[in-house]
Amino acid sequence: MITTLLTGISVGGQYALIAIGYTMVYGILRLINFAHGDVFMVSGMMLIWFVSSTPITIAVPLIIVVTVVLGFLIERAAYLPLRNAPRMSAMISAIGVSYLLQNVITYLTGGQPMTYPTIPLLAKTVGIFGTKQTMATIVTLPMVIVLVISLSFLINHTKVGMAMRAVSKDFETSRLMGIKINNVISVTFIIGSALAAVGSVLYFSNYSKIVAVSGALPGLKAFVAAVFGGIGSIPGAVIGAFIIGICENLIKATPYSVFSDAFTFAILVVVLIFRPTGIFGEKTVDKV
Amino acid sequence: MLKINNLNINYGGINAVRDVSFDVEEGSIITLVGANGAGKSSILRSIAGVVTPKSGTIEFCGENITGLPAEQVVKKGITLVPEGRRIFPDLTVLENIRIGAYLRKDSLDEDIKWVYDLFPRLKERSWQMAGTLSGGEQQMLAVARALMSRPKLMMMDEPSLGLAPLIVRDIFTIIKEINKQNGVTILLIEQNANMALKTADRGYVLETGVIKLEGTGAELLANEEVKKAYLGK
Repeated sequence: MITTLLTGISVGGQYALIAIGYTMVYGILRLINFAHGDVFMVSGMMLIWFVSSTPITIAVPLIIVVTVVLGFLIERAAYLPLRNAPRMSAMISAIGVSYLLQNVITYLTGGQPMTYPTIPLLAKTVGIFGTKQTMATIVTLPMVIVLVISLSFLINHTKVGMAMRAVSKDFETSRLMGIKINNVISVTFIIGSALAAVGSVLYFSNYSKIVAVSGALPGLKAFVAAVFGGIGSIPGAVIGAFIIGICENLIKATPYSVFSDAFTFAILVVVLIFRPTGIFGEKTVDKV
Repeated sequence: MLKINNLNINYGGINAVRDVSFDVEEGSIITLVGANGAGKSSILRSIAGVVTPKSGTIEFCGENITGLPAEQVVKKGITLVPEGRRIFPDLTVLENIRIGAYLRKDSLDEDIKWVYDLFPRLKERSWQMAGTLSGGEQQMLAVARALMSRPKLMMMDEPSLGLAPLIVRDIFTIIKEINKQNGVTILLIEQNANMALKTADRGYVLETGVIKLEGTGAELLANEEVKKAYLGK
């Protein structure tokens, strides 16, 4: 039971790191960045390749940088040109990028599962509450807490954070203030990608092999978490992710473990029926 | 200070502004009056850099700023108080004020004190979310926010829209004060022609994208055509 709960919390934290990327991008662009889960997967693949030539202590920071660059380039190439197009166009572009990433990785790996390296620090087992857990399970929660606190500090107490909040409400007026919209949007993608990279290290360290579609399911679940929490809201996404991670692992501990994924999506349907805007969904106060 | 030459603006396939030319002299209050759809907003928006004109030039302090993006126009010292206030509803009042000085790197303390002196109501509500302010307070906030960029020229799009007459009077008093005391040049567009012409040094009457009349505020107020069309007398 304790193992189930701890695993749930850590998987939830890993989903949270991905979900923040979805929710932040949605908050600012009203775009569901379908490619986000695949960026997460590419980040995992990168680590496999980098580890073959560099020590792990260098490879991990390196994949964070590379993932950030990837996220930045995707936004500039696939979403920026569509800024004034109907929202659906950017969404389709995101789906395109998602498949592009999957196909490129399938091509590069020849469709073969790739062995994910063991990160000694994360694979180490420690005893907690009388159970044996890997470090990856233990460190996720404190790590997510630290990252979320830093992120909310950035958003609520810095100039760039203020600009992000302004841009998410009103592009044109933000420009009148002298804010460079595109730079602020890039910052959003950079943060989202960096968190996804951190998430990928923690998440994939539970698996021995990954393939080109390994980002799809965690990506989808993180997206569900973001919608569940109220898309656009960072605390919402984090709480949603923990709920999904924990529930999923509780189901896995029962004889109905086959249904754990179905359960995730069933939660989404139920939540959306009763609370269409999610737990922390945007209040629709239109007093302007 | 500001020279508009043969400005043409297309808006959704319509010639919103046709061959409009006018000057704004430094230190003055200039107003463009005209009915809805006369092209007033389009002119201000093209000066501010959020709309690109089809042809014509906009010169500011001897420099051609036609087609310059909004972020750079602010840097030159032009600010726009947009129609409908457009304050950021879920930023606090103080954050809204600070964001007006987004491009400035120097200390803002003095300017914040200045706008709080101009609008004491904002100081009381400093920590409130701007979306909870009344319409008049939001207009004050929009002006305060614009002033934070230390503009040479402040453009105002329908500042009286949807406000009670008493508040409109207050706002116009403050506009005059900012103009006289701080030397900020004002370019104002209004449907409330009476109030605007009383305040302005010089006015232009715009009709379906063309300047029909011009003169000092007093001249236009006395003009029979203006009276009939805009003052309801």
